[in-house]
Amino acid sequence: MLKLSNINKTFFPNSINERVALADVNLELADGDFVTVIGSNGAGKSTVLNTIAGKVTPDTGTVSIAGKNVTRMKDYKRAKYVGRVFQDPMAGTSPDLTIEQNMALAERRGMRRGLAFGITKSKRQRFAEELEVLELGLEKRLSAKVGLLSGGQRQALSLLMATFSKPKILLLDEHTAALDPERARLVTHLTEKVVAEQRLTTLMVTHNMAQALEVGNRLIMMHEGRIILDVAGEQKAAMTVDDLLAQFASIKDADISDRTLLQ
Amino acid sequence: MTVTLELGLIYAIMALGVYLTFRILNFPDLTVDQSFTTGAATAAILIVNYEFDPVLALGAAFIAGALAGIVTGLLHAKGGINPLLAGILTMLALYSINLRIMGNRANVPLLGHDTLYTWFGNNGITGWTLILVLAIIVLIVKLALDWFLGTDMGLGLQATGDNEEMVRSFGVSTDAMKIVGLAVSNGLVGLAGAFIAQKQGSSDISMGIGLILVGLASVILGQALFKNRFVDRFADSVVGRFIFGTRNREVLIATTAVIIGSIIYRAAVQGALAVGFNPNDMRLISAIIVVIALLIPRWRIRTKSKTAPKSTVNQAFQETTDAKA
Ligand SMILES: Nc1ncnc2c1ncn2[C@@H]1O[C@H](COP(=O)(O)OP(=O)(O)OP(=O)(O)O)[C@@H](O)[C@H]1O
Ligand SMILES: [Mg+2]
Repeated sequence: MLKLSNINKTFFPNSINERVALADVNLELADGDFVTVIGSNGAGKSTVLNTIAGKVTPDTGTVSIAGKNVTRMKDYKRAKYVGRVFQDPMAGTSPDLTIEQNMALAERRGMRRGLAFGITKSKRQRFAEELEVLELGLEKRLSAKVGLLSGGQRQALSLLMATFSKPKILLLDEHTAALDPERARLVTHLTEKVVAEQRLTTLMVTHNMAQALEVGNRLIMMHEGRIILDVAGEQKAAMTVDDLLAQFASIKDADISDRTLLQ
Repeated sequence: MTVTLELGLIYAIMALGVYLTFRILNFPDLTVDQSFTTGAATAAILIVNYEFDPVLALGAAFIAGALAGIVTGLLHAKGGINPLLAGILTMLALYSINLRIMGNRANVPLLGHDTLYTWFGNNGITGWTLILVLAIIVLIVKLALDWFLGTDMGLGLQATGDNEEMVRSFGVSTDAMKIVGLAVSNGLVGLAGAFIAQKQGSSDISMGIGLILVGLASVILGQALFKNRFVDRFADSVVGRFIFGTRNREVLIATTAVIIGSIIYRAAVQGALAVGFNPNDMRLISAIIVVIALLIPRWRIRTKSKTAPKSTVNQAFQETTDAKA
């Protein structure tokens, strides 16, 4: 479904600000894979997601989605295949538009936008049904401005908007990080439900290791632009948070020994 | 009275264009100052040299204005030039182009040619009847704009001014949306220019200078008057729902506000003239009106938070963010 081959990305090359964000990243996702992504700050997790979405163009390597090479395709064209939910609850919706207008916008992902009415009776009904699933009562507030919703409500709506037009790939970048624990749990629960129901191929970045183990069928760990751990199925199910912490610790040790070697 | 209404209504067409760029697209477009003249010049030349039907001349003015908007849009979207600078560049270039359109003259008189206004005169459309006819024309423009902004494309355009990252993630080309928005906006401005040219009986190279301020004043005045609880409550009532609907209410209220704002602006200008200011003071007066309109929301917050601090904190916050937006 998704294939990243030999992706390298360096920001500000040949300058004092040079940052290697991705180094030789190879990743292949099967149809329906639900992959959680962990790693320390600056490990390159967001950059991987941005590369898939087309926000970042890799220096080398190719990105293909459903067998199609999309490396050079613009982000808004690639949106046809990719649904996203951002970390910032403000980022995934348009605050000045109403709930139904936001949904109408989202529903036409990757389709031509012509001069037909954006909101119709039948659409309203469909949107209300979709919103009921969230159990937040939003189906009764279709014509309320999204700017009036709480962060959790907006994030739940963003998730719905990103998924209900069935993207080939769903990208979630710490989409529960800005929410209080209760809302975070709700959005996580919704995520699992939608992904399972629609069998979406998903990449989910999280800083919560317990969650990373609990959710999905596969886990990857990144460090300094590389994928350093990739476990799936049974092997992942058998892992504990302590195992992951041990992995992190061993990388750090390796780092230190590298540095001592260089001296 | 009728002069105020007449000018207020015609300039409202231009103000609707300014609303589209400044408020909807969040794009401070200065092309307006000359695309207005482009519309006027195009219509005047077509009428004088080619005996064009005055109504067709209006259509041509819309297209000419839209082309100017497209140039600004391309400079910004494809050339990556800052919005203000892109607008200024097109505006400057248009000055020369407008002179060319008018056959290297600074003024093209329409005397002795058939215009919309000679037709109005011949059919007894003057005074209040004229106001009624103009009101209907402006209403049609407003409804067309309302409709456009409520379509699938219009929603993409609205969201482009609101959250670019998000609309792109749903497959909308924000570049295309900005170009479309600038085209429609400057098209309306050109249309208003052609109308004014036919009204005053000539097209003049300097007729658009400073107009951006007039457009802004109308938009901001309208908003200052319409962004309050009473309007919100009215919109929620049965009558309000009938007038503004629920599908694209924000826009329907805003476009109404722009038209009212344009008329109030004219009234203020006429008032200033009546108390002894002269036409040379107009720019200063326009600027003062804009400043006052911008300050109204701030005053409101202050007086409110003095009287009942607790219950209005949210509202005040809402208005501060609105004022910023
Ligand atoms: N647009 C950019 N311009 C310059 N440098 C960037 C850009 N995006 C990312 N980087 C750099 O690339 C590296 C990887 O960043 P990235 O955002 O992918 O990390 P991350 O794993 O998502 O971290 P976090 O957990 O903090 O979100 C960092 O060093 C970052 O500074
Ligand atoms: Mg990140």
